[in-house]
Amino acid sequence: MSNPAELLYAKTHEWARVEGDEALVGITHFAQESLGDITYVDLPAVGDVVTAGEDFGSVESVKAASDLLSPVSGEVIAVNEALEAAPETVNAAPFTEGWMLRVKLSAPATGLSAAEYEAVCAAEAH
Amino acid sequence: MPFVPHTEAEIRQMLAVIGLTSLDDLFADITPELRPRSFNVPAGKTESAVLARMEALAGKNRTDLISFLGAGFYQHAVPSVIDALTGRSEFYTAYTPYQPECSQGTLQAIFEFQTAVARLFDMECCNASVYDGGSALFEAAMMAVRHTKRHSIVVDECINPLWRAQLETWHNEGIVHFVTVPHKNGTSDMAALKAAITDNTAAVMVQNPNFFGAVEDFSELFAHARAHKVLSVISVYPVLQSVLKTPGEMGADVAVADGQSLGQYLNFGGPYLGIMTCRKDCIRQFPGRIVGRTKDVDGETGYVLTLQAREQHIRRAKATSNICSNQALCALRALIYLAVVGRQGLMRVAENSMVMARKAVEKLTAISGVHLLNDAPFGNEVALVLPKPAAAVAASLMAQGIVPGFPLGGLYAGMDNVLLLACTELTSSQQVDALASALASALGGAQ
Amino acid sequence: MKSLFAQSVAGRVGYLPEKPEKSAAELLSAHLLRKVEPQLPELSELDVVRHFTRLSQQNFGVDSHFYPLGSCTMKYNPKFTEQAAALPGFTRLHPLLAQMPEGERYTQGALQCLWDMEQALKEITGMAGYTLQPMAGANGEFTGVKLIAAYHKDKGNKKTKIIVPDSAHGTNPASAVLAGYDIVNIESKDGMIDPETLEAALDDDVAALMMTCPNTLGLFETHLPQIVEKLRKVDALLYYDGANMNAVLGQMRVGDVGFDVVHLNVHKTFATPHGGGGPGAGPVGVSEKLLPYLPVGRVEKRADDSFFLNFDYPKSIGHIAPFYGNFGIVVRGLAYIERLGGEGLRRASTFAVLNANYLRVVLQDTLDIPYNRVCMHEFVASAPEGQRALDIAKGLLDRGYHAPTIYFPLIVKECLMPEPTETESKQTLDAFVEALMDAVAEGRDTPEKAHEAPVTLPIRRLDETAAARQMVLTEDMA
Repeated sequence: MSNPAELLYAKTHEWARVEGDEALVGITHFAQESLGDITYVDLPAVGDVVTAGEDFGSVESVKAASDLLSPVSGEVIAVNEALEAAPETVNAAPFTEGWMLRVKLSAPATGLSAAEYEAVCAAEAH
Repeated sequence: MPFVPHTEAEIRQMLAVIGLTSLDDLFADITPELRPRSFNVPAGKTESAVLARMEALAGKNRTDLISFLGAGFYQHAVPSVIDALTGRSEFYTAYTPYQPECSQGTLQAIFEFQTAVARLFDMECCNASVYDGGSALFEAAMMAVRHTKRHSIVVDECINPLWRAQLETWHNEGIVHFVTVPHKNGTSDMAALKAAITDNTAAVMVQNPNFFGAVEDFSELFAHARAHKVLSVISVYPVLQSVLKTPGEMGADVAVADGQSLGQYLNFGGPYLGIMTCRKDCIRQFPGRIVGRTKDVDGETGYVLTLQAREQHIRRAKATSNICSNQALCALRALIYLAVVGRQGLMRVAENSMVMARKAVEKLTAISGVHLLNDAPFGNEVALVLPKPAAAVAASLMAQGIVPGFPLGGLYAGMDNVLLLACTELTSSQQVDALASALASALGGAQ
Repeated sequence: MKSLFAQSVAGRVGYLPEKPEKSAAELLSAHLLRKVEPQLPELSELDVVRHFTRLSQQNFGVDSHFYPLGSCTMKYNPKFTEQAAALPGFTRLHPLLAQMPEGERYTQGALQCLWDMEQALKEITGMAGYTLQPMAGANGEFTGVKLIAAYHKDKGNKKTKIIVPDSAHGTNPASAVLAGYDIVNIESKDGMIDPETLEAALDDDVAALMMTCPNTLGLFETHLPQIVEKLRKVDALLYYDGANMNAVLGQMRVGDVGFDVVHLNVHKTFATPHGGGGPGAGPVGVSEKLLPYLPVGRVEKRADDSFFLNFDYPKSIGHIAPFYGNFGIVVRGLAYIERLGGEGLRRASTFAVLNANYLRVVLQDTLDIPYNRVCMHEFVASAPEGQRALDIAKGLLDRGYHAPTIYFPLIVKECLMPEPTETESKQTLDAFVEALMDAVAEGRDTPEKAHEAPVTLPIRRLDETAAARQMVLTEDMA
């Protein structure tokens, strides 16, 4: 699966889709693949504030757990509640239906381009 | 040398394979400066010599006394079938079931334990157990802190002081702190407990029956807690739970217990069994091992350790708890106990124990100057007020072979004359009579 | 296998106590009673016996199978220790009897067991004092960190961090966090703590270093003397995780080499049964300067040789257990120590190390052994290139062996960690090696077959993802 060009990426494998002063946040294909079958996604509550580079939740697979680091800063205005019943959506569609948060940005989002992020993945995968 | 099978010839062969000339070469990394300054451990003994010494030591403990000691730990009958089955070495020489395919015996037993306890407590989830009743309470407090992201726990002073002492030692002020609400003459001060709940309260913790033996209904307190998004934690006595209003019925979020009363010996303090149950919406913060049911690749039902991503071997510093093991063999004992006494049997154990406690109260309060601490309903244990310091009275009765219960002066202020007395189904009417007459003459001597 | 609950027959009774004179409804008012009777199984005693006998037969245990589970020390559990612990003079003893007025007179034998165990552990490890209260190894770690915190607080030291090497057991950082410390992870170099990396991580905020020696790679930490010296300079304490103590009995005493705190696992080193995951016991030993902080009550001896509990230690951290720890486990451990004696303990470690090295050498052409030099009581290996440790582990189950620990430590890829212990014979080790070579050959030649294993046990590989997603944790959650 290729990394959509219109997204911003973090070295820690999260993405942000900036839409005006809001952003959608999720984890990348590379991340879901290295975690394996995801069994649980722990997300913040609507109204919580997230900060770029700091953890906002975690994902669990059978034998691993990873913190999720936010690629953007702002207030959480929606979370993907469908992931509670169907965490496997993150495996199946990490860039679309597997989104995690919608954030009202408090600062302009920054991050890696798809090409820069692919270089990070290549370095990790070797 | 006991328990080491190597012959001299084998030792030589094995060293040759390794490429060393002597056994000492194996320890070459331990340089002379690191060697023991002494190692004066006495020489080994024969099996019979060790057992003779152990028998002599066991013989110096007076287990022949008539005893009304309880305080959270009770001498109930332990059916022989428990020792026989837990003595099967396939159970006791196995370890944590990391390889589920060769550990289904342990795993299914834990799953059944989780089911039996969840039904007894009327709660949704149960884990594979923790160390004891005190550690279960502590883990419940930590669960509440993580679940609510608040840091204060309201603790009823009617909770067993031995467990509260553990909480005091275990907790870290930076993570959790306890606000203790004083008891009201041996019962929970419901108004004060409610008043102690603030916006920073993670949980309110109570015990039923409480340490003084009083049976209470915490439904209203728990509803109040829920309205403030505070978790309700209750510690119960598993045997009496067969008849008493359940944690589930009261609306508890977490219910814990010491499972000693379920088929475990008193054992001078352990091993015991920490039981933990919770509502499903707290499961992500639930500590310890948990067994789940699933299918194998052929569609056969099987059991595995599950939700392991919460645990220390994966999460390390971010784990829900540092706990690594459970008390699997004690949990197995509890399960076998619950299975063999069954639904009716457990209720009978509870009822017989409660009947005996009433007989004791009747006889003892007939003695001049002896009365109940309060008029609260009670289970199999009760606090009695004596006309003299309970410790001195107890000492004189013990010299006659009767342990009349535990004097509470050292545990609660102003309770020097209070004695906590417990009965079980093993208490006999003759024992109660013997206690009553010994107590009457001990007290009469003072008049 | 059909569950206990599925076998229940309404009205059937097993161990039924006599009928009470009064029912609960006659003893307490209705609002205090449960509305529905507990849905516990209704079975005969024989139903129960058959069920649990059959369940037991679905387990591998040390008595039935070689169980080389690394870091767990699955040695043979001698039967006489069970007999000792089952003596009614121990099992029927109420712990509060000792705390009754003059109660110590009635519990002298039990108090002496605790005293004797403490004396034995002091001499075995060279520590100044012990508490037997911790109820398991991880509980011992937590107790040890609490003692460290109490020491620093008392001295007025502002310490916030504990250093943990990347090879440590997961319980180390988890225990330290529970006690309120921040964790500083340091990377190993050549499988050991590197004094320079340690130096770089050390500052005045460091309360302690938690280390396992031999470490989880099975290697003795050869830089130990420098490590001790560096920690002393910043008044940081040295914690010894005794999980691997079975390697060094009589060869090194942690107290002599400068450790301040140690926890032992009685169920590992001193041969008490692992019970399918507990109960264990995790005594904690301390150096002289930490004695004032040990939990109470401490067992002490009077001039007339009688024993008593002393609660009068104002600097004590308090109570880790409600009473004196897992006494039943302590009795077994004490019986084992007395049976073996000093020489027997020393030889136990010697042969544990001999067996591990023998296995290492005979397996060096079958597995990749990243630190292929003289190891202590265990070693780590990686599955051969292209194979998975999991497949090899499952293949071993089919061949009648419990698998070694796999995927630990985390720093070794496709890791297998065998710990044979001293109680296994050369014949058992040779047969195990043959089975392991066979499993590896299968993985190389017919990988799809290796991935199917196990096929000889009552069940095959389980769907752990479904277990975690569906969360069926009781019969009633389906």
